[in-house]
Amino acid sequence: MPRRTHRALSPWLLLLPGLAVVAAFSLCPFLSTVGTAFTDARTLTPGRWVGLENFRALAADEQFWVALRNSGLYVLLVVPFTVLLPLLLALLVQKRLPGVVFFRSAFYTPVVASVVVAALIWVWMLDDRGLVNGILGALGAGPVHFLGDAWALLLSAMALTVWKGLGYYMVIYLAALGNVPRELHEAAAVDGAGALRRFVSVTVPAVRSTMVLVGALSSVAAFKVFSEVYLMAGPTGGPAGQDTTLVMLVQRTGTGLNGRVGYASALSLVVFVITLLLMLLVLRADREEEV
Amino acid sequence: MRRTPGWEKALRYLLMLLVLAVTVGPFLWQLSTSFKGTTEDVYTSPPRFLPAHPTAGNYAEVADIIPVWDYALNSLEVAVASVLTNLAGASMAGYALARLRFRGRAFAGHAFVLALLVPLESVIIAQFTMVRDLHLNNTLTAVVLPGSVGALNVLLMRNAFAAVPQEIEEAAVVDGANVWQRFTRIALPSVRGTLAVVAIFSFMGAWDDFLWPLIVLSDSEKFTLTVGLNFLHGTFAQNPRLVAAGTIIAVAPLVVMFACLQRYFFRGVGEGAVKG
Repeated sequence: MPRRTHRALSPWLLLLPGLAVVAAFSLCPFLSTVGTAFTDARTLTPGRWVGLENFRALAADEQFWVALRNSGLYVLLVVPFTVLLPLLLALLVQKRLPGVVFFRSAFYTPVVASVVVAALIWVWMLDDRGLVNGILGALGAGPVHFLGDAWALLLSAMALTVWKGLGYYMVIYLAALGNVPRELHEAAAVDGAGALRRFVSVTVPAVRSTMVLVGALSSVAAFKVFSEVYLMAGPTGGPAGQDTTLVMLVQRTGTGLNGRVGYASALSLVVFVITLLLMLLVLRADREEEV
Repeated sequence: MRRTPGWEKALRYLLMLLVLAVTVGPFLWQLSTSFKGTTEDVYTSPPRFLPAHPTAGNYAEVADIIPVWDYALNSLEVAVASVLTNLAGASMAGYALARLRFRGRAFAGHAFVLALLVPLESVIIAQFTMVRDLHLNNTLTAVVLPGSVGALNVLLMRNAFAAVPQEIEEAAVVDGANVWQRFTRIALPSVRGTLAVVAIFSFMGAWDDFLWPLIVLSDSEKFTLTVGLNFLHGTFAQNPRLVAAGTIIAVAPLVVMFACLQRYFFRGVGEGAVKG
């Protein structure tokens, strides 16, 4: 091969595997989802054009609204905790004290475990006769039926999501806190500012952009929740399907031998658009505050 | 530097111990449950934290009920394959994007950024349809393929290569080394840290993944550990000792790996988030 051709080709040879995977499993599937959303395709039949029929059916589907409510609630109730608690945790383990590195690593353990393992542990801990109720009982309280009804199940799943994310977001905050000049804190302390005051007027402004990043990451993740609820409330989404989330609905309607692929694609598109809007919303809220 | 007062230190350690109980305690409780024999009451209140007569019987029994060691092997296969494909694919693409000048480079870079914006959950049905059309459903290959070269890994590698000083490579160009030689002999050895990060997170992602293998695998022989555990939970939920043994099998290898490689973990998460 002439050297010139060789040199022109080599970048593309290096890029080939990566581009092929990304195109085949991300970009093309996205385009095909957009196309399929307007057909009545099923798992074994290609389907034909039906216009907006799937979206009309979605709007009329009670399960869709339940799922949208649950996924929306997940964002509203989980995100404040995933933004704030890991920040406090990072402040706790930021100070160089003997043994602090051990604590940092230990707090990361739930991140390393699979969500399946985490969910099964918590199902057992939150059982009516499990560890948490055992401790409550010994203190003369409870039992609390954490897995008793649809609302309790959903809240327990949210607690699991927060618990599993603590260490992950803590590390992101630690990286950001490393860039905050220590003098700021010391000056504030000299001025007689208390711990709470220093937190609000020194720490928060200094890591604000990281808080926005964590907010964006965790909103998107919370909105797409699947595993926690699937494992805690069961594949059918708890009593009468009241705990179904949007991605659970995608999985339930779109897979299997008689999956309604067209319908599930329309639903996927809705998930995609809302995720994008969520991200824009968080980033925009950031910019407005800055002005 | 201001000295930390004694009461503040005490308070900090107290709080850290409290968080430790909340984050690690559940795993220890699960470990303890997995060693409790069938005759021991696991529902006592107040709870008993140590097994009265520790036994490994639950591990043998869980292996009788589901082929848990085969599932572990399937998970291992998927995870190792994912590490290898990600290391090779992401470093090659990252090198081309960071170091080579060619027409279409910006276009290729945008393709990876766009892919990052498409949430996996919103294309999962289309992926499933495609895998079916290729007759790959119900195979471990199909489990590996969609994540075999992660867009985020490509961008991480691109940043790593871009941060390496260019002079050394220029000397190699003068010496007549071709692109492949420069890539394998000079560039790759200088980004070992990032390669480790990509390897660890690929392994963890593949080992822990649930939704995609759940959709693709229908034959219980092909299950990975996470899908197998879900099945175990669905069928034997009334025996927490067995489920506990199963979860410990699934989480132990990762905890060991994490304990050995923790400094890379923290570097990876911190770098990825702040620079990304």
